[in-house]
Amino acid sequence: MSGRRVLITGVSTFWGGRLAQALERDPGVDVIIGVSPDDPTCELDRTEYVRVGTQHALLRRIVRAAEVDTVVDTRLIVDSAIAPAKAAHENNVIGTMNVLAACGGADSPVRKVVFKSSAHFYGSERDDPAFFTEEMERPHAPRTLLEKDVVEAERAVNAFAGRYKHVTVTVLRFVNALGREVRTSHTALLGLPAVPSILGFDPRYQFIHEDDIHGVLEHATREELPGTYNAAADGVLALSEVASLLGKPLAPVLPPWGTGLAAGMLRRLGLNIPPEMLQQLRYGRGVDNRRLKAAGYAFRATSREAVIDFAEHLRTRSITDGDPGYRYEREVEEFLRRSPSVRGADRLGLGRLSAEQLAELARALESLPEARRDA
Amino acid sequence: MSARPALPSPAPTDDLRRHLPAIEPDRTLTDWGRSERVEKLLDRTLTEFLYHYWFRCEVEGIEHVPPTGGALLVANHAGALPPDASMIAKAIKEEHARPRPLHITVEHWFKGYPFLSMLVTKIGGVPAHPANVLRLLHDEQQLVLVFPEGAKATEKLYKDRYKLRRFGRGGFVEAAARAGVPIVPVAVVGAEEAMPTIAQVGVLKRLTGLIYFPVTPLFPHFGLLGAAYLPAKFRIRFLPPVRTDWLEESARDDRGLLQEIADEIRGQIQDEVVAMVGRRRSVWLG
Repeated sequence: MSGRRVLITGVSTFWGGRLAQALERDPGVDVIIGVSPDDPTCELDRTEYVRVGTQHALLRRIVRAAEVDTVVDTRLIVDSAIAPAKAAHENNVIGTMNVLAACGGADSPVRKVVFKSSAHFYGSERDDPAFFTEEMERPHAPRTLLEKDVVEAERAVNAFAGRYKHVTVTVLRFVNALGREVRTSHTALLGLPAVPSILGFDPRYQFIHEDDIHGVLEHATREELPGTYNAAADGVLALSEVASLLGKPLAPVLPPWGTGLAAGMLRRLGLNIPPEMLQQLRYGRGVDNRRLKAAGYAFRATSREAVIDFAEHLRTRSITDGDPGYRYEREVEEFLRRSPSVRGADRLGLGRLSAEQLAELARALESLPEARRDA
Repeated sequence: MSARPALPSPAPTDDLRRHLPAIEPDRTLTDWGRSERVEKLLDRTLTEFLYHYWFRCEVEGIEHVPPTGGALLVANHAGALPPDASMIAKAIKEEHARPRPLHITVEHWFKGYPFLSMLVTKIGGVPAHPANVLRLLHDEQQLVLVFPEGAKATEKLYKDRYKLRRFGRGGFVEAAARAGVPIVPVAVVGAEEAMPTIAQVGVLKRLTGLIYFPVTPLFPHFGLLGAAYLPAKFRIRFLPPVRTDWLEESARDDRGLLQEIADEIRGQIQDEVVAMVGRRRSVWLG
């Protein structure tokens, strides 16, 4: 059997970009196509980037023309601070339906759909269980627009799974991400000199390290994981514990009553706490990750380790801030990938080995003569 | 629960208990939010004083609390600010050959009330969600204490003391049966007199958002002093465990049977409480 042919939507997001990078290292993956309406934000080598939104006619043509067998949908917006409500709804609900429509059909080559969802599916309420398992439903109807969208998107994925039984459908519900590169409302909030909280509440928080995000997505792409899985690291921390790991005080700037009003005033002052986060700051959330672990995924970091790594990033932030990072230059990338004139190392990506890869290469070279001696 | 069968459930794997998160030694909090530090601090000061000197707790039948594995403790509940839970927890800590932490189920209401939500979680309170109880009993093999009467017991007036209220709908029996752990009935005498409720004020309950607004001998007219207990003599008696592992798989969904077992346990505790009150010569001296 030939290798996998993968299409990644939302390749401009941290999640999609990181997954593409990870799959590039996998020789079992023949083709990686990244689509998104925006340019990629991380360096991609053999991933072919197509600038396209979620128009399903276009996606359908790409899927069929490239005989894509695996679609990883990472484009869900799970943070209402990064897009206006209407755009988020368009992307999360209509966009999901379009992507699924592009994967469906009797003659579709797609055999696997991995859908990146969010633990916002469960919401965050007073009457929640301490650990949500995958088959549990939220005790009350969604309160915030974002949560409504997530629930609706998952319903569409569910309907798709019911209709196309021969397609492996994996839904991954991710909790809040932390790490050195991922940027969310939570990383912004925890990056402040003091951690804002609601007076009288110390909510339970569970995180996933950014390396585990693409780790989990990669695992779901490679293995067969039908069904829904919570993607969350081991360990549920209290917000006060998170603050002390970050070496910061907890600042109860929000009153327990009239919290929404106070948050509105803070927003004017420049501190944006989106409504779904307000719910989390009050009631917190924990999810059960055992189904994913039983499915063979080994988390690289616990919640606590994710926070510690994030704390290290915060301490060195001022030093590394000057680095402009990666910028996608369409013409340059096209030239390097497609032009017959390119003969050098760049085509193979050899000029761009990371320090770790170099060290690994050196180790491999060192061990060579020993192996020969043994033989 | 609505039917949403579209996504197939993953292949049945072996026991998920193998995949419980490992304990990180550097943490002082558990995944439930329980704080070793806060608990120890409270235990060494207030609870120690109340247990030994104020309530002069006397404990019988501590051997009925199993030294290992999950078990569900079921007790009668009383007092405007009920001290019985912490006294039972302390009794296990003080008298048991192998002291174990006790998880106390509390109303969901506590999670929504500022400050109380922090404190109650830190000292071992867990919202009384069936999934929480099942996880503690079955997956983590812990001791859990429930008060099946719930707020109906703590809001009842002094004139109704030691008359046990209805035992919910037998949900606790179902939790224990599904976890396959024994139920240990516990009878407590003294809590009713430690902070008796003379009246309930509905208007103030709504204004403050509390679950109930009691009038006790010291509250609300003495303000903060109202949180002080009267020095009633406490007796805690652990009764022989009721096994649930004999229940067949199908019987665990039999509401009638579960309710029957719940009523039987309620009867046991009620009888024991009546006997203990009968033997008691003085409320204060025992």
